[in-house]
Amino acid sequence: MLSFIARRVASGVVLVLTISVIAFLLLYAGGGDIARRLLGEDATPETVAQKAHELGLDQPLIAQFANWVAGVLHGDFGTSWFTSQPVSDAILSRLSVTLSLVFGATVLIAIVSVVLGVLAATRRGWLDAAVQVLSLVGTAIPAFLIATGLVLVFAINLRWFTPTGYVQFAASPSGWLASVTLPVVALSLGGIAAVTQQIRGSMVDSLRHDYVRTLESRGLNRRTIVLQHVLRNAAGPGLAVLGVHFVGLLGGAVIIEQIFAIPGMGQVAVTATSQGDIPLVMGLVIATAILVVILNLLVDLAQGWLNPKVRLS
Amino acid sequence: MIDPLAGASADAASAAADRSSRSVLRRLLGMPIAVLSLSFLVLVVLVAIVGPFLAPYNPNAASAALVLGPITPEHLLGTDSAGRDVFSRMLHATRFSVAGALLALVVAAVIGVTGGLIAGYYGKWFEGLSAWVVGLVQALPGIVVLLAARAVLGPSMWTSMAIFGVLLSPAFYRLVYSTVSAVRDELYVDAARVSGLSDARIIGRHILTVVRGPALVQASFVTGVAIAIQAGLEFLGLGDLSIPTWGSMLSEGFANIYTNPALMLWPSLAIGLTCMSLVLLANSLRDVFERSGSAGRRRPPRTGGAAQAEIEREQVVRHDGGRFADAEVLLDVRELAVGYAQDDGSIKTVVEDVSLTVHRGEVHGLIGESGSGKTQTAWSVLRLLPEGGRIVGGAIEFEGVDLASVSAGRMRGLRGAKIAYIPQEPMSNLDPSFTIGSQLVQPMCQKLGISRSEARRRALDLLDRVGIPQPERTFAAYPHEVSGGMAQRVLIAGAVSCGPDLLIADEPTTALDVTVQADVLDLLRSLQQELKMGVILVTHNFGVVADLCDTVSVMRTGRIVETGPVDEIFARPTHPYTRSLFDAVLEEIGPEGLEPVDVVEGDEERTPVSEGAVK
Repeated sequence: MLSFIARRVASGVVLVLTISVIAFLLLYAGGGDIARRLLGEDATPETVAQKAHELGLDQPLIAQFANWVAGVLHGDFGTSWFTSQPVSDAILSRLSVTLSLVFGATVLIAIVSVVLGVLAATRRGWLDAAVQVLSLVGTAIPAFLIATGLVLVFAINLRWFTPTGYVQFAASPSGWLASVTLPVVALSLGGIAAVTQQIRGSMVDSLRHDYVRTLESRGLNRRTIVLQHVLRNAAGPGLAVLGVHFVGLLGGAVIIEQIFAIPGMGQVAVTATSQGDIPLVMGLVIATAILVVILNLLVDLAQGWLNPKVRLS
Repeated sequence: MIDPLAGASADAASAAADRSSRSVLRRLLGMPIAVLSLSFLVLVVLVAIVGPFLAPYNPNAASAALVLGPITPEHLLGTDSAGRDVFSRMLHATRFSVAGALLALVVAAVIGVTGGLIAGYYGKWFEGLSAWVVGLVQALPGIVVLLAARAVLGPSMWTSMAIFGVLLSPAFYRLVYSTVSAVRDELYVDAARVSGLSDARIIGRHILTVVRGPALVQASFVTGVAIAIQAGLEFLGLGDLSIPTWGSMLSEGFANIYTNPALMLWPSLAIGLTCMSLVLLANSLRDVFERSGSAGRRRPPRTGGAAQAEIEREQVVRHDGGRFADAEVLLDVRELAVGYAQDDGSIKTVVEDVSLTVHRGEVHGLIGESGSGKTQTAWSVLRLLPEGGRIVGGAIEFEGVDLASVSAGRMRGLRGAKIAYIPQEPMSNLDPSFTIGSQLVQPMCQKLGISRSEARRRALDLLDRVGIPQPERTFAAYPHEVSGGMAQRVLIAGAVSCGPDLLIADEPTTALDVTVQADVLDLLRSLQQELKMGVILVTHNFGVVADLCDTVSVMRTGRIVETGPVDEIFARPTHPYTRSLFDAVLEEIGPEGLEPVDVVEGDEERTPVSEGAVK
């Protein structure tokens, strides 16, 4: 098990390193004259050269990358070109907000998908048909479209929630819950559709396995058989889909934060992108990659817990 | 000589492909949902092509006098916050949105299909490299990559969508790669290669025809994703502001959500319905291809023979007597009939008019070839028929209760405690995710109401009793860590753990290694005598019958043809079918006749555990 974890961690580190190299090269070499773009067409060549020197852009790309790596090793991801705030501060101060959305959505997806998937697989009939239709709709409709609809209906027409803004959990737990409810629901629907579909499918498959008949022949409760034995065997594929979907949640959060005016990483990303704040964009890419790697590791660990064959090999 | 032949078969294959693609379209047009979504998509494409020519105004012509104007004959859908005509903007936006999505699709398809073909067909280092690249591409959310690209390359929708096409290419790559590497070594591809066709022609003729269907499904999905992400990017305001798109129009509507939420309606409908239609179309396409790919994939009930042959009504040959004639009756099955619901609503009868009696302490063998209905009969007694199957007639009386009609709850109470079951295939009948010990302890706790520690003590005793050398170790092991013979002993221990009166054993030794079979039969016999159980033993092996059974019923095509004490039937087999079974045994045993030999081949659906699986 330990060597299994070590291997996964190593491959995660390699992934993050590769992404850093590629992202750095594309961001710093891909855009032509960055200083010119920052200052506008009217700037004199002297000011442009001055700016390039200030930002270290006049050095060779390799040297720039070496500087960046040296900084990262000391925990310094550079400084924003526009706010002069350290990139790590800009990201870390927003990280908890985005994570509360993404993890909230992950938990919601897990719970709703298991309930719906199990019900659809064991009851079949109209319930199954309804779940199938819902998951088709959830797969097809983009999250931001659902979000705008939710704002219109629940925040503006029904006034159940405030349409925008974010309340710190520490400031007011109930206020926090009210401010994240709509965003989390909007973010979750696509994942619920996909994971429910997977759990339903693998539950139906697992229910046909021979060992289910044998467990039935022992006279165990139906509930014990379905929830302990069948669900445990069906959970692995569902978890895999959830893991893949987590990447999508990180992306979806960018748009969702914009819609609900939530000050998370997504907002930083949009601002940094439209300003061309390269160090900040670079930091965001790395932060996202690290989050994905950590989550994949957690998924692998959970798979090992679910499936003894993975754990022991 | 070979060349024209290969050419002819290739032509036949491509002609067949043509025919199948025509029938795919025909079947698609038979599905209302597919027709509906296809019509909507055709409409969207038409608007994208001709819409801009019909637009009454320049989509970017702003007018301070017309800000957030109402619906008028001049402005069919009103005007937006800059006074631009919404109708004209929708027509232009459709063109840009559709074109952007198609650009992403084309880029994804070209890269994915080419990469997949090369990796799948030539393999080697390219495979590993591209798998790694695919992993890399999918480690970041698409929108983050697009934001990063936008930061460097500026707000061009075309650039963004081309990059997104690259990000989507794994969808095609995986599909083509897996299909091609599966087909690569097929005989007809080899034949084409031997006959001297060039690689390009083989790819074009044989491989692309295989990939075509699934790729079309994938294309429909991918286009939907592209529409969604493009709209999302534009919604964020990161797109090119000089061209109208659905996303930027939605963004504009959302900015005016308090004053004029109706502006959100048209772009929302366009995005939502287009994505929905693409997913529905993809689903319909997949249904069509899957059905044409493998017709009738649904598994028929495991009763091939009985299902096909008309069940013949004939007199059952009964031999009376035997030492159990006067013993207490434990199980009395009378005129049992089992049927399976068919797709057309009818019921196919697979067991009919089966009557048999099991006395306390008696072992009653059910023998017959696969499909004769013996396993269906056994499962009926447990009321554990597979999906779609049910008891359609007769009675199963057990200790004063009719099992055919008793409530599900009471049946559950009887299972395990009074009636137990030993399956045929040991490995697939243990839950792979739980230790062997917990699978023994759990039923004992539930059925006997004893504590976990007491159940654990009993489970260890049972494992010892069924001849497992290190009970503690096996108790803690997972099913995949023990051999097939061990697993079958564990299942036997589980069956007798709650002291049942009746044991249903479904070919308990068929899947085992020959050397283990005799030991397991010995174990069964000694447990049966120790616990005075009545047993229904399903088998297709006369050796097992002779070894273990007191009474035997011979089954064919869902009916019992001959029944009576084993000695009687072995001495005077009367029914022609029984005699033919004996003849088959004698032929197979031959002069040496040492090993117990199967009378007929094992059920084709239950592949016995090979020696390799016994660790």
